Amino acid sequence: MNIYQEELLDHYENPSNYGTLPNPHISHEEDNPLCGDRIRIDLIIEDDIIKEVRFSGHGCTISQAAASMLTEEIEGKTLAEAKQLTKDDILDMIGIPLGPVRLKCALLALKVLKAGAYGIHAWPGEEDE
Amino acid sequence: MHTPQFRPLDVEAIREDFPIFATTPPLAFLDNAASTQTPRPVVEAMDAYYDTYRSNIHRGIYRISEEATEQHELAREKVARLINAPRTRQVIFTRNTTESINLVAYSWGSENIREGDEIVLTIMEHHSNLVPWQLLAQRTGAKLRFLEVTDEGLLDFTQLRDLLTEKTKLVAIGHVSNVLGSINPIQSIIVEAHTVGAKVVVDAAQSVPHFQVDVQQLDCDFLAFSGHKMCGPTGIGVLYGKSELLEEMPPFLGGGSMIRSVDRDVSSYAELPAKFEAGTPSIAEAIGLGHAVDYITQANLAALQVHEQELLKYAHQRLEQIEGITLYGPAPHQKAGVISFNMEGIHPHDVAGILDTHGIAVRAGHHCAQPLMKRLDVIATVRASFYLYNTIEDVDRLYEGLCRAQKLMTRRKA
Repeated sequence: MNIYQEELLDHYENPSNYGTLPNPHISHEEDNPLCGDRIRIDLIIEDDIIKEVRFSGHGCTISQAAASMLTEEIEGKTLAEAKQLTKDDILDMIGIPLGPVRLKCALLALKVLKAGAYGIHAWPGEEDE
Repeated sequence: MHTPQFRPLDVEAIREDFPIFATTPPLAFLDNAASTQTPRPVVEAMDAYYDTYRSNIHRGIYRISEEATEQHELAREKVARLINAPRTRQVIFTRNTTESINLVAYSWGSENIREGDEIVLTIMEHHSNLVPWQLLAQRTGAKLRFLEVTDEGLLDFTQLRDLLTEKTKLVAIGHVSNVLGSINPIQSIIVEAHTVGAKVVVDAAQSVPHFQVDVQQLDCDFLAFSGHKMCGPTGIGVLYGKSELLEEMPPFLGGGSMIRSVDRDVSSYAELPAKFEAGTPSIAEAIGLGHAVDYITQANLAALQVHEQELLKYAHQRLEQIEGITLYGPAPHQKAGVISFNMEGIHPHDVAGILDTHGIAVRAGHHCAQPLMKRLDVIATVRASFYLYNTIEDVDRLYEGLCRAQKLMTRRKA
């Protein structure tokens, strides 16, 4: 299977939840210095539930499509549930195997989400990065 | 030196030496500036070492160890001849270009660079010819100064005389840019550097594999390159240095092989080249490199250069036809076999990823040259780079792959 299949390209071309939020409770942004991909995620949290989510940034198909899929996944979930998401969950969403270089692209959004959700200093870090 | 009679490359015969191309369709391998493929004669030479005379070198008092030593040293002679080093002992084996440059930065640098001294680099340097000098500058308080690049991707020569002063102790410069392919006029730079008394380190990782480099003609003080970019294995590189400099320099790594005698508190060191080759070296890899030198010289470096020029000119012609493409770097005749580009609206990773699905291997990224990326005002580029086994068909497939990438990624954006 090929990484340039319909579903990923759809997310890349017509991303879900693309944009920013005016007064987010959580907003975090990071880049991947190796390829310059950049993602920001804004969250509105009510009663510990993610009411609204937006992502913005630029980069390759994989990084942007993964961000789009991730925002669909976490909307309506509790922050605690969002914090539980792992690398494997992202790979399941993408649904195709990725080499080590593209894996970093795929995981950028998750990294941004977790660093934002935990607070940059409190985040225990992701294994296998 | 007599000029060998020119005969064009027999690319078809060459390709038969590389089993990796025996697929349908064949791999279009266009990432040679990163690392080249290895021909059968090189692999067989290394196999012969492992199968028939595997042993350590220099000290064994038995037949196969003597043979290993002879083959290892024969490789050094071949490398010395390739670059026209006056003496074989001026060829130091290292792991790669990076280690060669670090050797100079630590050994020569720590003895000769002081606070307030200046080291002149260019902004097109590979990180391997930049970071060792940053570290040296941080250790010593020396200052780095940079020769800029023009919009055409050539060094801004007008700056050179202002940069070179009595403070300049070292000029470290790439012979050929790994991103732009630009062939730098290092001969003139070396002359200018010597007039202010500076030494010159040449990063020849992208030149020695592609055309004849003569260290005596260049009069460079140090020259570094890697085996794996010239049909050799990974794990073997070369540092050439002028004898008087190498003789005066302190050792880089300490250990076995590099000593004459050892007492509890002090040691005296071996002669060149052993002084800089501590520990058991990459024996098979050195032997492999020797055979790689044979391979590219038998193919003929002049013919190789002509072949790469043809591919490069053709690649420029074809790629320029693609709408929304930006090519970086100078015209083909001013560069070695590298073409860097970006396609409007498509991330370089996606370009490379789509080409990969068609069996075309190119590089996408910053190519370990971030200061140059910033100068070009890009995050990354796509790079195709050629070697002796590449064909016009490889270039055609690159062109077609790029057209497909464009179609795929811009299908609904109109």
